[in-house]
Amino acid sequence: MAKYKERSAVISQEEIAKDIYSLWIETAQIAREAKAGQFVSLYTADGGKLLPRPISICEICREESKLRLVYRVTGKGTGTELFSRLKEGDEISVMGPLGNGFPTDRREKAFLIGGGIGIPPMLELAKELDCEKQIVVGYRDECFLREDLERYGTVYTATEDGSAGVRGNVLDAVRENGLNAEVIYACGPKPMLRAIKNYAQEKDIPCYLSLEERMACGIGACLACVCNSAERDAHSNVKNKRVCKDGPVFLASEVEI
Amino acid sequence: MDLRVNIAGVEWKNPVTVASGTFGSGEEYAEFMDLGRLGAVTTKGVANVPWEGNPTPRVAEIHGGMMNAIGLQNPGIDLFCKRDIPFLRQYDTKIIVNVCGRSVEDYCEVVERLSGEDVDMLEINISCPNVREGGIAFGQDPKAAEDITKAVKKYAGQPVIMKLSPNVTDIAEMARAVEAGGADAVSLINPLTGMKIDIYRRTFALANKTGGVSGPAVKPIAVRMVYQVANAVKLPVIGMGGIASAEDAVEFILAGASAVSVGTANFINPTIAAEIADGIAKYMKSCGFESVAEMTGIVK
Repeated sequence: MAKYKERSAVISQEEIAKDIYSLWIETAQIAREAKAGQFVSLYTADGGKLLPRPISICEICREESKLRLVYRVTGKGTGTELFSRLKEGDEISVMGPLGNGFPTDRREKAFLIGGGIGIPPMLELAKELDCEKQIVVGYRDECFLREDLERYGTVYTATEDGSAGVRGNVLDAVRENGLNAEVIYACGPKPMLRAIKNYAQEKDIPCYLSLEERMACGIGACLACVCNSAERDAHSNVKNKRVCKDGPVFLASEVEI
Repeated sequence: MDLRVNIAGVEWKNPVTVASGTFGSGEEYAEFMDLGRLGAVTTKGVANVPWEGNPTPRVAEIHGGMMNAIGLQNPGIDLFCKRDIPFLRQYDTKIIVNVCGRSVEDYCEVVERLSGEDVDMLEINISCPNVREGGIAFGQDPKAAEDITKAVKKYAGQPVIMKLSPNVTDIAEMARAVEAGGADAVSLINPLTGMKIDIYRRTFALANKTGGVSGPAVKPIAVRMVYQVANAVKLPVIGMGGIASAEDAVEFILAGASAVSVGTANFINPTIAAEIADGIAKYMKSCGFESVAEMTGIVK
């Protein structure tokens, strides 16, 4: 699949929850090729911050060559803080689309499970999947993207502080709502993904997990962002897979997390 | 004007290669450019058997650079010869295979195996800071560096570039040692050993605790070491360390490098190495240089 590095124009940006930003950019080539579950590398204009930041794709609008990126500002002086200051008309360097993305041709009744900043890729996935969708989202406290997701499926919420939906995590929401599914697509923090992998094993259903790891090149060359694989990988010739290139989406049974 | 350079008897079409470990075996970058725009491709280090590498996180950003502790993950020489060499041979560029090992015997095994393969040069990594047995023991002791150079030269079917570590007191002494051991060229610098601490998690940024510092932040140290080595030995020097533009590359050449490697900058712009080769040509034209050799080491 073709990858492009482009100068991209910012269309709009807003803070949709505390430290959570929604950025629309215009990218002629990347938007045309991108699919759900892929990510882009965003570059700061700060010469001191060299490495690209991998950001998941939240929505793709191919007709208008637009991408929506929803990301968290990770702290003061970070690259994401610089991104949060971008305004309409500003330019930003972006490379993509990167990674494999979720499969979107399955038709079984599905769980789309997102935790925290793992929720954004679930929106494009919900748009592209043609099946019965139960979208389970987990937050620490403040919720975001729920209204967007409700357009494509039934949304179930869990919050750690109990301020919305079920108090607890995404699997608590699954159990308390008495839900079941035949396939799982998930993105979120590693403890959540571990629990979902176990749940999928118990239920004996296929499960796709989108992993996260510190990256450098984002294109599969530097071998920074590996995860442990269950079997010897054909490319690495060891039990390692590249999250940026072989993933970020893996069958739960393929990876040790 | 002539961009060609001759490194230990091998003619490169231009003086730019890529730093080992930043470019895989070129496959990922071939999606962005014709690898034939480079003087040579230097592969990621390969050992006699596959290596798993270090736990993650393997990289961290620092101001003006990065740190890595990949740990020389590699698929082993068998798969490398079967898959990576034929892939690179499709392109009109020289192939430099970087060799790593845990013992002298490991290095010699890989070098001997490569002697019958269609590659142009070998680069011996005696200076990876990230694996205990990844060569650093050879790269920090002049006697050991001379001995391993002699040992691999016995088996080598191609010119041997010894890659030097900056984590030494006297880099010139190390260069003289590998020259005495029969090296055909030297390359430097490998990354500097560093450490970064995450003050909120109160732990190391890298799982390996320490890692190699690279990128523009290390460039002045690299230029200084290239200058010292170029003035200490007669061998051709391949200079690297933070090169991110043609101007950076010219600095290394003026300090004494016969060719340059682009490393960390590949992660920011996948076509930067080829752009640097074009930029060097522009600089030569604007300053009236006829050849790269004519510029090499003229700042004394």
